[in-house]
Amino acid sequence: MKQFFAFVKKEFFHIWRDKRTLFILLGMPITQIIIFGFALTNEVKNSKMAILDFSKDAASSQLVQKMSVSKYFDATTVLTNYQEVLPVFKKGKIKMILVIPQHFANDLQHGNQAHIQLICDGSDPNVANTLSTYASAIIKDFQTAIVKEQKLPYRIETDIRMMYNPELKGAYSFVPGVMALILMLTSAMMTSIAIVKEKEMGTMEIILVSPLRPFSVVIAKAIPYMILSMVNVATILLLSVYVLDVPIRGSLLLLLSEGLLFTITSLALGLLISSITDSQQVAMLISLMGLFLPTTVLSGYMFPIENMPLPLQVMSNLVPAKWFYSIVKTIMIKGLGLSYVWKETLILIGMTVLLFGLSIKKFKTRLS
Amino acid sequence: MSVLKYLLQKEFRQIFRDPSILKIIFIMPALQLIIIPLAADYEVRNINLSIADHDHSVYTQQMIQKIKSSGYFKLVNYSSTFQEAFTSIESDKADIVLEIPANFEQNIVREDHASLFIAVNAVNGMKANLGASYLQNIILNYNNQIRTKWIQFPPIPPQTNIKVSVSNWFNPMMSYKYFMVPAVLATLLTLLGTFLTALNIVREKEIGTIEQINVTPVKKYHFILGKLIPFWILGLAVLTIGFLIMRFGYQIHPVGNMLIVYLFASLYLLVILGLGLLISTYADTQQQAMLISFFLLMIFIMLGGLFTSIDSMPDWVQKLTWLNPVSYFIEVIRMVVLKGSGLSDIKNHIFVIIGFAIFLNSWAVWNYKKTT
Amino acid sequence: MINQNVIIAEGLTKIFGNFVAVDHISFEVAKGEIFGFLGANGAGKTTAMRMLCGLSTPSSGKATVAGFDLFKDTEQIKKSIGYMSQKFSLYEDLTIRENIQFYGGIYGLSKKQIQEKTTYLVEHLHLQNYQNSLVKSLPLGWKQKLAFSVAIVHDPAIVFLDEPTGGVDPVTRREFWELIYDASERGITVFVTTHYMDEAEYCNRVSIMVDGRIEALDTPKNLKKTFNSLSMDEVFLKLARKAVRGE
Repeated sequence: MKQFFAFVKKEFFHIWRDKRTLFILLGMPITQIIIFGFALTNEVKNSKMAILDFSKDAASSQLVQKMSVSKYFDATTVLTNYQEVLPVFKKGKIKMILVIPQHFANDLQHGNQAHIQLICDGSDPNVANTLSTYASAIIKDFQTAIVKEQKLPYRIETDIRMMYNPELKGAYSFVPGVMALILMLTSAMMTSIAIVKEKEMGTMEIILVSPLRPFSVVIAKAIPYMILSMVNVATILLLSVYVLDVPIRGSLLLLLSEGLLFTITSLALGLLISSITDSQQVAMLISLMGLFLPTTVLSGYMFPIENMPLPLQVMSNLVPAKWFYSIVKTIMIKGLGLSYVWKETLILIGMTVLLFGLSIKKFKTRLS
Repeated sequence: MSVLKYLLQKEFRQIFRDPSILKIIFIMPALQLIIIPLAADYEVRNINLSIADHDHSVYTQQMIQKIKSSGYFKLVNYSSTFQEAFTSIESDKADIVLEIPANFEQNIVREDHASLFIAVNAVNGMKANLGASYLQNIILNYNNQIRTKWIQFPPIPPQTNIKVSVSNWFNPMMSYKYFMVPAVLATLLTLLGTFLTALNIVREKEIGTIEQINVTPVKKYHFILGKLIPFWILGLAVLTIGFLIMRFGYQIHPVGNMLIVYLFASLYLLVILGLGLLISTYADTQQQAMLISFFLLMIFIMLGGLFTSIDSMPDWVQKLTWLNPVSYFIEVIRMVVLKGSGLSDIKNHIFVIIGFAIFLNSWAVWNYKKTT
Repeated sequence: MINQNVIIAEGLTKIFGNFVAVDHISFEVAKGEIFGFLGANGAGKTTAMRMLCGLSTPSSGKATVAGFDLFKDTEQIKKSIGYMSQKFSLYEDLTIRENIQFYGGIYGLSKKQIQEKTTYLVEHLHLQNYQNSLVKSLPLGWKQKLAFSVAIVHDPAIVFLDEPTGGVDPVTRREFWELIYDASERGITVFVTTHYMDEAEYCNRVSIMVDGRIEALDTPKNLKKTFNSLSMDEVFLKLARKAVRGE
């Protein structure tokens, strides 16, 4: 046992002395949280809009005014004819063009009918759809303002309640994702590289003939990274609560335990990777492709899984991060307990055991 | 320049003999280009709906039918108590619960109005917002339907109606893939370029071959060119593979001139490789090189407009984007491929990238001279 | 008068912060000499050699290598020297031929010269059957001999060897030294550091560094007489005992 701890201590020194790596490992969660929390959002705001106003009367100016003051649009560019539309799109800044035909005010007053055209840059279909929805809503609003009365008969009113996240903060859905990502990175990737580095340098043989059992050696390498991971979890939670105002509604203890479980799962993954290659470069790239990519894309934290084609949905079930993400959301944001996450927890435990089993087998075959 | 010739010969031999590099160059693009665009789709569809119906009238049946046939919602639960319906949100089986009160139909006809209660799982704010507005829209339409049955409207509508028609250019099928594939390609090139360069040079540092080169008449600029050129060529090769996947795998026909993209990419690669070179001068081990590259690139890519639009970012972040080379490439590739933008449209981008290339490479070379 | 000394060092010093690694050493090496540079680990011999190769700038002092000033004509020096380090010399993922081709090429040999050298080297070292194998597949002894031969492929005035025979058996070491004798006879000066004392006996002259200074410089025979010892081992022990810096 004493030898084991001596080994763990040595590993700690390695990491501690490498200040650059340490700095990045601890700094990554902070940067991610800040970027996600303050810079990234799927909400559409301040989109550049161009106005093609053929009427230039009181009504059209009013409509344009309404668009400009809306937080969704930045309606400062004015065009004079249709020929300008394509070039302005090609320049890339304008996302939508509002076309108001001639006699706008006239049509509204005397015919009670008018026609507005919205030309969107469909490159980003999401943004295009969202913008046209918002623009249409503003136009409907404008229309309603003209209509005097508004108590229509036969009304259905809807009372909408946003559960768990009344202010619709984006942070609620990405903080759990960032946690999964950082844990995966610290536990899996770093551990696998540390082990492979030892192999590459040739010092693995030296260690293997030491009185310490080979698997204990490997575990000893993993422990410092596990601790780093938990430090990162703590950092992420602290930042989320105090900087982003994301609550921890459920049991903190349960949350941390699940975090520990996932750390071990990531560890097992890292071990598996280190058992199949001897080159650091390869270990890094497998980590990137096999861990980082699926965790970001298939875990459900950036893109909804139900939108993906079936094969990808199936693949996402194989990604441990997906289950962890779901668990964290349920505990942290919904405030529910073990009874709601036992299934996912069991799956994670199962994956961990399987991964450990596979790596042990691989290690044994390599050593013999 | 024959020294350079020999350096390049050695580099290319080493690169092609390294099985992992070849795998990376071919497998990584394929993987990324296949998985990401297929997975990346923010559109909200297949929203799971749970309904607690206390009325069971003709109106509710009609309304539910309308909701089901809209294509946005999937009815996963139909019960008579709210509690049961709500449990499905807690267990993530449903995203939205719609509660229809007792006497719904009666209230609309006799009391002139009725209320519906909608509870939305808002952990994912945007999905919740869109889901709720779709549902509201459908209900609104249904409301109008009921109304027109009871009231006949005269030819000139008594209330003003503005008809809005929307046309979407450049993306006829409104496919998110059109938007994502070029950008993923740009990201790919960025990752590969910096990683491979940084790792390669640091590996030589670790093994000791750089010292050996230092003793020979090979000058520092020879060495640096000997590293940059092979990866530059490789970068363009990966770009070509990516284009083939884009053209034949995704059927995306570029509207603009691909040579413009190649021109920009050639300049952009200088920036990216320069970054790799710079990182290699600050890293002592491959592990460090990888981490530093990863850390920096992650920030650049996230803020570069790949997944989320730059226009939505707060002002101060948008200004920071001017310093982010990745955002320029992503923008250019999207503009040329989807909209057919030409050289004059991107001339600002070109100037900026040239500026970056000069700055980064100068810094890298200066630092390299200092530390070896 | 043509100076026959290929290396002239005067007061060469290297200081790292507060640590004086090499303390004002002065010596001369004649053309064709096999000059052994001995010392315990940490004595400063590798640092001194790196300065002479142009890998490290001296903190003070002067030197001339192959007739060129160490500070002013570093580029010329590099063309005239060869180097073999214990950490690395050849590219493991290239073949024997490719390594020779590369080093020949960057030292400015013509294609014809490279071809000739390759044939000669491969025959001389009996590596004909392996010339297209990757260097990584060769046993250590062969790698070392090959590395030395490649280090002098351009017939430099001086070749610097940093602990070149580590990790091989005495027979192989002996064979390596045959190559060194060959080179010396051809007029190539060999500057070699080692901690194998028996190899010290093979050198024309030997210098022993202790704590950054040269404590002894003479032929092995004279050193043994001066220090009243039967072997270079004893000479070394007597000097090294005074050392303050160990490993």
